Amino acid sequence: MYWYELMQLIRQFEIMAEEKYKMEGKIRGFFHAYVGQEAIAAGCMTATRPEDAFITAYRDHGLALAKGVTANSCMAELYGKATGCAKGKGGSMHFFGKDVNFWGGHGIVGAQIGTGAGLAFAEKYKGTDNVSLTFFGDGAARQGMVNEVFNIAMTWKLPVIFICENNNYAMGTSVERTSNVVDIYKMADAFEMPADSIDGMSCEAVHEGMARAVKRAREGGGPTLIEIKTYRYKGHSISDPQKYRTKEEVETYKQRDPIHMVLKTILDNNFATQEEIDAINKRIDAIVDESVRFAEESPWPSDDEVLKDVYVDQNYPFIVD
Amino acid sequence: MARIIAFREALREAMSEEMRRDDRVFLMGEEVAEYNGAYKVSQGMLDEFGAKRVIDTPISELGFTAVAVGAAQKGLRPIVEFMTWNFAVLALDQILNTASKMLAMSGGQVSCPIVFRGPNGSAGQLGAQHSTAFESYYANIPGLKVVSPSNGYDAKGLMKQAIRFEEDPIMFMESEVMYGDKSEVPDDEYYIPIGLADVKKQGRDVTIVSWNKMMKVAMGAATELEKEGISAEVIDLRSIRPLDWMTVLESVKKTNRLVIVEEQWPMCGVSSELAYRIQKEGFDYLDAPVRRITAADAPLHYAPNLVAAALPDVPRTVTLVKDVMYAKK
Ligand SMILES: Cc1ncc(C[n+]2csc(CCOP(=O)(O)OP(=O)(O)O)c2C)c(N)n1
Ligand SMILES: [Mg+2]
Repeated sequence: MYWYELMQLIRQFEIMAEEKYKMEGKIRGFFHAYVGQEAIAAGCMTATRPEDAFITAYRDHGLALAKGVTANSCMAELYGKATGCAKGKGGSMHFFGKDVNFWGGHGIVGAQIGTGAGLAFAEKYKGTDNVSLTFFGDGAARQGMVNEVFNIAMTWKLPVIFICENNNYAMGTSVERTSNVVDIYKMADAFEMPADSIDGMSCEAVHEGMARAVKRAREGGGPTLIEIKTYRYKGHSISDPQKYRTKEEVETYKQRDPIHMVLKTILDNNFATQEEIDAINKRIDAIVDESVRFAEESPWPSDDEVLKDVYVDQNYPFIVD
Repeated sequence: MARIIAFREALREAMSEEMRRDDRVFLMGEEVAEYNGAYKVSQGMLDEFGAKRVIDTPISELGFTAVAVGAAQKGLRPIVEFMTWNFAVLALDQILNTASKMLAMSGGQVSCPIVFRGPNGSAGQLGAQHSTAFESYYANIPGLKVVSPSNGYDAKGLMKQAIRFEEDPIMFMESEVMYGDKSEVPDDEYYIPIGLADVKKQGRDVTIVSWNKMMKVAMGAATELEKEGISAEVIDLRSIRPLDWMTVLESVKKTNRLVIVEEQWPMCGVSSELAYRIQKEGFDYLDAPVRRITAADAPLHYAPNLVAAALPDVPRTVTLVKDVMYAKK
């Protein structure tokens, strides 16, 4: 039920946001939808604790909402309002929620793979058993960062789970056009790092695979590479004409839509009645509508915010002329 | 005869013409081939030249830049497209420590004829990591040349020059928001030497210098000032390294005032260097301090009003010019 509710929230939030982008121009810049990949967020949430950090790339709406960054502050961020989760300074690609251990959406492909290992380093250093979930795409798997950080993380047994969300495309480039190695989880072999390949359309599969890796990391066993096979229904970003794949391919994946599958499980097993599902849907519609109202009514950041949040040092002498 | 074409087509023509002439020239980068370019600069080039010469790379900036640099040293003439210059920083080691230094380190044996190109600077509300303007970073590096054109005509001539005649690494900076801009280009082949500024508008009272998309701000300000009886001369640097300060100096000798419009951050910017040069060589000609307008001293935030507040614009440029004119506002 939690899975269904969370995935619906992410999906409905993004559908609404995309409409506000396309129809009303209220949202600008790059906008990368998570639609189709929601089961990853759902499964990872139930396999972890609030103290565990999540860090990802620019396709960050789903994981931010999952961690508990509120729909209101996410929508306001998309609008560029002062009440956004990054005060309107980040936009779609750069959601943050440090209080709920969401360590951001990052724009430079591959960069957060290393930063995520750093979050894990800090936990190990402090002696906690918290772990870091570090998400990246199949395209990012080809960055040099991967080799350096896999090696470091394995050598130092950092409590990090490297999660490659393999949606088969990096913009218009399919996985097989970027490497001989199309099974990305095998890249762990070079470092003798444990690895797993998981069906990303199934919340159960994500949950189980993640739980194993999280347990190992908590117990000092070090990193795991998990390749999650998933699919993005939408283009790379809103402006992508998607000439590199067929409509049929997209439809095939939609047959295994994670939300429909979870719903089927719920209804087949009488975990909930249709009325209860309807009530959830209604609640989510209300949350999403409220987020729009909140964003619309929120103020813009004031112009003097330009020079704020640049240094922690409040007396920094900016050049203003 | 002349034609009106978009900036992106001008670049495409430059690359295609030189690739037809010289089979050592090839194009490499992310999404340049099958996707026809993230910003469609290389549209159709895969069809014409094939996968051997229009090459899609993995997202591995350090790796493919290194491969291209090695290929250039060994006799090829690569064009490397960075999807944007923001991502080229991953390859900075190869550009700074290999491409720019190998001629010196090898005592003149190993040169690196290569063109690095891509969009630079801000392009609306893309957030901090997709909005940096990089001219001064690379302009600081001996061994490199840095070109940053403002229109398709210049872009084509400079790009052809870079590919065909330059034996040194060229950093070629474009802009997402200029790719659709139209300009007139002649049917006949032409080249524009690197290192020459262009006086875009003659004027008497003040010299405004800019380059790349900030030329629109400079020209817009000049138009506004004209209405108020102030005659601005506007210069497009086109090339940042080498820097054609002589053309600026000649103008300042006439106008006695200089305002620079720059999209980069203020500290150690191109305007800093130009201001130094002009005060040194033209001290006696200046009737007012050299002034500049740059981006705010901060990463570019996402919100539309913060973008507008951070970047140079026409009204603020007009005000600054009036300041150096000691005119009443
Ligand atoms: C270093 C760097 N190079 C290139 C880009 C441009 N870019 C943004 S997203 C992307 C594709 C990444 O694909 P993938 O890692 O599979 O993630 P997905 O978009 O599928 O979630 C590219 C090339 C970038 N942001 N950073
Ligand atoms: Mg991908």
